[in-house]
Amino acid sequence: MSLSEDITLAKIIVVTSGKGGVGKTTSSAAIGTGIALKGHKTVIIDFDVGLRNLDLIMGCERRVVYDFVNVINKEATLSQALIKDKRTKNLFILPASQTRDKDALTTEGVQEVLEELAKEFDYIICDSPAGIEKGAQMALYFADAAIVVTNPEVSSVRDSDRILGILQSKSKRAEDGKEPIEEYLLLTRYHPERVALGEMLSVSDVEDILAIPLIGVIPESEAVLKASNQGAPVILDTESEAGLAYTDAVNRLLGEECPLRFLEVRKKSFMKRLLGG
Amino acid sequence: MGIFDYFKSKNAPSSASVAKDRLQIIVAHERSKRHQPDYLPQMQQEIIDVIRKYVQIGSEDVQIQLDNTDDCSVLELNVTLPEQS
Repeated sequence: MSLSEDITLAKIIVVTSGKGGVGKTTSSAAIGTGIALKGHKTVIIDFDVGLRNLDLIMGCERRVVYDFVNVINKEATLSQALIKDKRTKNLFILPASQTRDKDALTTEGVQEVLEELAKEFDYIICDSPAGIEKGAQMALYFADAAIVVTNPEVSSVRDSDRILGILQSKSKRAEDGKEPIEEYLLLTRYHPERVALGEMLSVSDVEDILAIPLIGVIPESEAVLKASNQGAPVILDTESEAGLAYTDAVNRLLGEECPLRFLEVRKKSFMKRLLGG
Repeated sequence: MGIFDYFKSKNAPSSASVAKDRLQIIVAHERSKRHQPDYLPQMQQEIIDVIRKYVQIGSEDVQIQLDNTDDCSVLELNVTLPEQS
């Protein structure tokens, strides 16, 4: 089967990291929502077979009837499985299956679904599972661009570098000898205070090591947990720094110039500083 | 920073800079291995087996490295033979 021309019309973006728990699903939900808010028809696909969670983060867990694997196995049509987001126009979610069968996603099956989606959507966001096994490789295989979600912490940075190696060697673009996948660094859970104290890798430290363009820095924020509690992507919380930082990242992804913000230490009161709070 | 932090040594490198140094080394090491052909580990094992027919060596006594420069690749094989008793 050859990749049809249709698939190239939509931009396929994988959100990946290698390491788990760094914020892939949070970022997929926020960025997908942000792109849709900009007026582009967007679908977010949960590739984490067996550990479905994008539905919870997006607040549509009770509306899941059919999933990605049902579509691949022709047990449901794509339009039956796609969930239209209630808050954001132009946004759809394709949930992962809760099956324990790890081989449920086949390259041909995924390709067919992506080709069909590409006819209708402008952006396809693939929320990758953690690890570097088949599921993660499947999520990145057809990608045009990759957002590598990284925490300023040694194991996350190392795993991100690992994933970059896989993007460069095991993707369809690499195998076909085409232009390589565009790679972008998204630094999450950033504490400017701890960076100032020399307790945390800085943005430039991580940029130096990974050597890929920076698409955004998301500060550690209480708003992220609050958003997931409520099942609303954090980008919709325009009061929060994390939400605004995701909006900036989406703008950069769509080619706008946007200065970095929320990287400076916030001023603390004298007493708090004295007591080390 | 609390008042007690002022008494701490100012000379020790920050933990972030230690993290950066460690990462730079391990990432460079892993990147160099990324481009090596898949057959290298098996070839290393077979070379060890051949040498073992004649001399007792451990698997750590053979270092194998592939260096890629612009237009040529150099396979470097380093075997440490045990001291003769």
